[in-house]
Amino acid sequence: MSTGIAPARARTRQPAAAPVRTRATETFTAPDRRERGSLRRFAWPLGIYTVPVAILVAWQVGSELGWVSEKIAPAPTAIVQAGVDLWQIGQLGPDLLISLQRVGLGLALGLAVGISTGVVAGLLRSGEYVFNGLVQIANTIPLLAILPLMIVWFGIDELTKVLLIAFGAAVPMYLNLFAAIRGVDQRLIEMAQAAGVRRWRLVTRVLVPGALPGFLVGLRFALAYSVLGLVAAETINATSGLGFLINRAQTYLRTDQVFLGLVIYAVIGLLADQLVRTLERVLLQWRPSYEAA
Amino acid sequence: MSTATTAAVQVASVHRRFGERVVLDDLSLTIGESEFVVLLGPSGCGKSTLLRLLGGLDRPDGGTVSVPKARAIVFQNDRLLPWQRVLRNVAIGLYEDGADERALAVLEEVGLKDHARAWPKTLSGGEAQRVSLARALVTEPDLVLLDEPFAALDAITRLRMHDLVRELRRKHNAAMLLVTHDVDEAIALADRILVMSDGRIGSAYDVRLDQDERDLGPAREELRASLLGDLGLAAVH
Repeated sequence: MSTGIAPARARTRQPAAAPVRTRATETFTAPDRRERGSLRRFAWPLGIYTVPVAILVAWQVGSELGWVSEKIAPAPTAIVQAGVDLWQIGQLGPDLLISLQRVGLGLALGLAVGISTGVVAGLLRSGEYVFNGLVQIANTIPLLAILPLMIVWFGIDELTKVLLIAFGAAVPMYLNLFAAIRGVDQRLIEMAQAAGVRRWRLVTRVLVPGALPGFLVGLRFALAYSVLGLVAAETINATSGLGFLINRAQTYLRTDQVFLGLVIYAVIGLLADQLVRTLERVLLQWRPSYEAA
Repeated sequence: MSTATTAAVQVASVHRRFGERVVLDDLSLTIGESEFVVLLGPSGCGKSTLLRLLGGLDRPDGGTVSVPKARAIVFQNDRLLPWQRVLRNVAIGLYEDGADERALAVLEEVGLKDHARAWPKTLSGGEAQRVSLARALVTEPDLVLLDEPFAALDAITRLRMHDLVRELRRKHNAAMLLVTHDVDEAIALADRILVMSDGRIGSAYDVRLDQDERDLGPAREELRASLLGDLGLAAVH
């Protein structure tokens, strides 16, 4: 300042009156990568599967020590053994195959219907009026509640099972795809129109890729609901399949085989999830959230 | 409807209102071939509405707008398709054979030939806006509409973009209409500056300055003062 005397005097006159303000400081340096990395690897050696595996190990130990009753939860090794036994007497293979076949057929049908109606409704106003009301109503009906009606209409054979799975897959696929197409950034559509892009290229280069993230969400739901449909369908008049295997095991109090069925469902679910993740990594590499995989 | 005239753009007593609000009120405007017109005005004065009318993205409530069929818009945000690589983004409006070669040639003009295979997410703001300039020019338009394309860029990048636009204009010889609220940008680029107010063209200035005079000098300061006065900012210097 221009005059140094006055403020200096002011300071010396009452030095104690001014409250001493301590400033907390933070200092940032480069983290020790090696140490933290190894620590993290040590803490979570199997990533998100660390906790499930830990529970599995505890379960096994508990069973060996006789803390967990075999009738309530047989040891993991016993469940695997049940699977091996069933496979060897030729029961597991055909059951698994018929279930996968049902899911495959149902998914193919459901996805075909869900995707084609979703695209038509997404692209065309008239398509929206034809399909949207129907699907919104269908979406409010729980999947399991339509099973009795399906049985009345289509009998208790394979057709009902496949159609139930297809229904479970088609509805979420349609809803997500429709919302995804309608949700494509309006400004990009406007840009394309201003650049003289014609209808077909607008669909293939703007709308379809723009709807892809929503499509994959729909696919994820469709896969999950199709397995749900499979479980429901196989509790009715099934003489083969995973659901039949579980029902029969329950009748004979074979808890190990019940668990085996559940494990197979879980593995199918995990594989489906992994499939969608792989698709996302390949198809959505342009997204800022997927940093150069 | 297409008629051949010497003017690139002819707007005759156009009206546009949104609900109760009259945005364009009996506005008329002519832009000559390869003329660079800057439309200056505060936000909300209707300059973007006018640009959308010229671009064919909106229709007037009254009056006529005639523009060349071959026209392109550079938007305020780059509006690149994030799922297409840079080259495909530039070539989006091209249908002829050799589209990729032409897109590559224009990318070279904006100095981004090396980025042809890049994803838009890897570009900086200035680079992305250069790609959208390339996308506009690749169709060899007779009219280029620029809607505050440099507003979101930093000052240094903006000056570089001005140089680039001048250079591209020499090469491509298209009529250009730039909408902005930046007086310095208007002086740097325009053949003619139109100041918009109350939904009409308030005042017009022919800018007959060479490049050095646009950067510095009494003529520039005089023009700047008049423009600021028209914008109601006379006291600000």
